[in-house]
Parts: sequence; structure tokens; C-alpha cells
Amino acid sequence: MFKWLEKNLPKIVMAPAVGLIGWFVYGFVLWTLYISFTNSKILPKYELWGFGQYEKLWASRKWLIAVDNLLIFTALFLIFCVVIGIILAIFLDQKIRAEGLLRTIYLYPMALSFIVTGTAWKWILNPTLGIQKMFRDWGFENFTFDWLVDREMAIYTIVIAGVWQSAGFVMALFLAGLRSVEDEIVKAAKIDGASLFTVYWKILLPMMRPVFFTSFVILVHISIKSYDLIVALTQGGPGISTTMPALYMTQTAFHKSQVGLSAASAMMMFMAVAAVIIPYLYSELRRENAR
Amino acid sequence: MQDSLKSSSYKQLEQKSKYTNMFLRWFLYFILILFASYFIFPLYVMVVTSLKTMEEIRQGTLLSWPSGLNLESWAVAWGGRGYGAGDTFLRPYFWNSIKMVLPAVFFSTFIGAMTGYVLTKWRFKGDQWVFLFLLFGCFIPFQAILLPMARTLGVLGISNSVIGLVLVHTVYGIPFTTLFFRNYYISVPTELVKAARIDGAGFFKIFFKILLPISAPIIVVTVIWQFTQIWNDFLFGSTFSFGEAAPIQVALNNMVLSSTSVKEYNVDMASAIIAGIPTLIVYVLAGKYFIRGLTSGAVKG
Repeated sequence: MFKWLEKNLPKIVMAPAVGLIGWFVYGFVLWTLYISFTNSKILPKYELWGFGQYEKLWASRKWLIAVDNLLIFTALFLIFCVVIGIILAIFLDQKIRAEGLLRTIYLYPMALSFIVTGTAWKWILNPTLGIQKMFRDWGFENFTFDWLVDREMAIYTIVIAGVWQSAGFVMALFLAGLRSVEDEIVKAAKIDGASLFTVYWKILLPMMRPVFFTSFVILVHISIKSYDLIVALTQGGPGISTTMPALYMTQTAFHKSQVGLSAASAMMMFMAVAAVIIPYLYSELRRENAR
Repeated sequence: MQDSLKSSSYKQLEQKSKYTNMFLRWFLYFILILFASYFIFPLYVMVVTSLKTMEEIRQGTLLSWPSGLNLESWAVAWGGRGYGAGDTFLRPYFWNSIKMVLPAVFFSTFIGAMTGYVLTKWRFKGDQWVFLFLLFGCFIPFQAILLPMARTLGVLGISNSVIGLVLVHTVYGIPFTTLFFRNYYISVPTELVKAARIDGAGFFKIFFKILLPISAPIIVVTVIWQFTQIWNDFLFGSTFSFGEAAPIQVALNNMVLSSTSVKEYNVDMASAIIAGIPTLIVYVLAGKYFIRGLTSGAVKG
């Protein structure tokens, strides 16, 4: 008995982690998947109902708006975060004075919650007392910046706040990537007469392919899950114009009590994340094994 | 002759490139400072707004300097106005968050350390798959587990309580803490462990005598990461708690959204700073470790 315990001690110590994740992650996802095939309303029902909830989901105008918003947000969020992140990383890489201070400034938003960020931006973007008033007081009488209350433009306020929060993070990833490149490569290129621009554009950035890939995966992942920022900034409004899938899911589940439908929307999100993550994990694992 | 020609044109070139370089340098600093002001702007606005009276806010602009060090809105945000019903303020929720964060960080870090230890130093057939199994937990969108989690907490009788949130944050922190410790311990030479085993040291003795003493950096990274994630969480907090058990982010959001009377932006901003200050302090004091956690665990949104 004692011998057996001693022999299996490592596995026993690992059991809580495996058990908890098995139950609370895999078990729960399977439960949600099952419920998405039932006609559950307030309480879960367990008779299968087929793909009804998914048909309902994709026929729902609100869900389509949510998916539309997600695509717009993801595209802009990605482009701006990556472009700003790369520019800052390359510029910071030029033996800048006070680099540490600047880096701290670019990255501090990552330490804040999206609720804090959202609260701050909501105040800055509000038309009566925010930026709009600031410019009008400065003499630009006709200056208008009321995206926050404009159905068409409100989604872009979420992009502004989201980019503000996450661009510094992309900067950190690229800076770490650039710093890991051997100095000799850059020196050799410079001796051959390559300009600094050519060095970055033709040599260093192509070498950053894994960093691009990582940033892409992380940013898409953040945007599919974005929930807090929308709650704090627009609550999905004006109307339902800034709804996104994560918000749709919680509203359908906890305010409208449509458990089956919300499970279907959750599974759509799950699949979207899996489509990005599984290739990523696969390539990471291959890289690790290749080492 | 040719040599001198060459060197003089080279000098000219050098001279020219010196001016271009100087111009580029200025341009560089200009762009960097421009972006720095974009990043600082909201924080600046938050701080000055929190120090203004509502009268000043209506008269001035976002950037205008406050007339004095007016801390009243901070007092209101933290401790309320002192009248009964409808007076929401952050103090009790701040403590809720502390009570939630401390045990959740401790348990998830401990479980992650042990699991990472087993996965690297007591390897067995298929341990790679176990790691992958756990790692996948970093990526799932939490919407896919919200419904069953809400029911489970109800069945256990801990929905809408700090204990329930401790459980949730511990469980969903494990994939990250395991990832951190596993990647750290994998670079510790296995020979050390093997030698100790030959000397008759057991499973726990090896952990506490050999690995734990060298784990300080990764413990710091993990604790900071978990602290920031759990303190800043809103999804779990708002789904599984309401009213008195709510953590601070939920309370902040409720405070800002409550539109009972005139909006008091100064109090809103003071509240936002109070909710953000613990993680901000950690970031300023231990930025290096914060960034390390970020770049290795940032798969979470």
C-alpha cells in the first residue's frame, strides 16, 4: 500500500489539476454543446431538438449584427494594433533615451481592466463634455465628434479604446523579437550598404514572422472574447448597434432566459476560437519538438 | 589621386548623412512622444477630472487644470455620502475583491507549481498530452462554460458569494499557472533531481529543497499575472455575483451606469482610478515580471 502510494505520488499530485480541468473545461463545454441541440428555455431540457437553435441564431438580426461588428472590430483592431506596435517597437529599438520610461507608458493600459478603460473613454468621448466640447471651446465651433451616440459610428469608439489598451502589448512582443536577432546580421547588411529602412523592411520584419503569427492569434482571441469593454463603453448601444457575440451570449442566457439559443451562440464562439488556436498550438508544438 | 577623390566624396556623403540622421532622430522622438501622449491622455484626464468640482467640469475642458486639490469625489467614491439606501460606494467591494484575489491566487499558483513540477521532473508516458490537455484551457472562450458553471455554483450553494468566485478563478487559472511553471522547470537540469533521488530524497523533499528555492522569479511572474487577471475580471464577477458579493469591477460598472441623479463624472473617474490602482501599482513596481507573464501567457483576453 505504502509502496503503491509512493510510486504513484506524482500522478496523485497532478490529479487535482487534471480532474478540475477535465470537469470544468471539457465537461462543461460538452454540456454546453449538448444543450445547444435542445430546446431549452429558462431551464435546461435534455431531449434532443436538432439544429433548431443554430437555425434560429443565424436568422436572428441581432446575432447577424453581432457577427458583423465582430468582423469590423477584429479587422481594425488587428491592423491598428500591429501597425502601431511595429512602429513603436522599431523606433524604440534605435537606442532611444528614456526607453524604459516610454515603454512603461506604452504598456500600462494592459494593467488596467477593460471596465476602467471603458469608463475613462466613455467620459472622454461623450459629446456634451468630452473631446467635442474641448475642441469647440478652443474655437472650432463646428467640430463634431459624437461617435459614441451615433449608431453607425459607435463601433469605432470600441476600436479606439481597444487599440489604446492593446497596442503596447504588440510593441512589447515585437521589441522582444527584434532584440533576439543577432547583431551580426544587421551589421553585415549595413556593410553591404543597405539603408536602415531596407534592413528592417527586407531583413528584420520578414524574420519576425512567428511574432506576427503570435500577435495575430492573441489579438483575434481578445477580440472574439471582447465583452467588458463593450459593457463599459456602450452596453451594446445605441440600440443594438454595437452588440458583439460575447454580449449576445450573456444577454440571451441571463436576461432573455433562452438557454438553448445562448448555448448555440457560445458554441459558435468556441468554434471561431478553435479555428484560430488549433493551428497555432500545432505549430508551436512542432517548433518545440524540432528544438 | 583616386584615393583622395574617393575619400572626399565619402566625407561629403558622411556629412549629408549626418544631417539626415539628425532630422530622422528628431522625427523619431517626435513620433514616440506623440504616441506617449496618446497613451497618457486618458490617465491624465481621469486624474484631473477626479480632482475637479462638477462646476469646473462644466466650465472647463478635458485638459484644463483643476483649481485645487479637491479630494471630495475620492471620498464619495470610496466611502459614500453617508445616507442610507441608494448610496453606492466602493469600499465594501474593494474588500470583496481582496478576499477573492488572495485565496484564488494562492491556490491556483500552488496547484500550477505542483503540476508543472510533475510534468517536467517526474515524466511519464503521455505527459506531453496531459500538458496539451491542460493548455487548451487557456484558450476556451468562457462563454462556453458560463451556463453549466452558473448551475454548478447553484447546486453547491455558493452562487453569489466570494467563495464561489474563488473556486471559479482558481480553476480557470490552473492552465496558465501550469504553463508558467512547466516552462520554467523544464530548463532546470534534470540531473539535479536524479542525483537527489539517488540520495534517497522523496517527491516532496526534492520539490521543497531543490526546486522551490530557485522558483522565486516564476512565482513572482505567476502571482502578478493571476493577481492582475482576477482583479480585473468582469465576466465571472458580473455573471456569478450581484449585490453585496460583487467584486470591485462589477461595482464600478454599476456605479457608473446608475443614472439616478445628475451624472457626477468626477466621482466616476475617482472610482475608476480606485479600481485600477492596485494593478497599476503592481505594474509600476514589477513591470519586468508583468511583461514576462504577458508575453508567455497572454493568450487570455
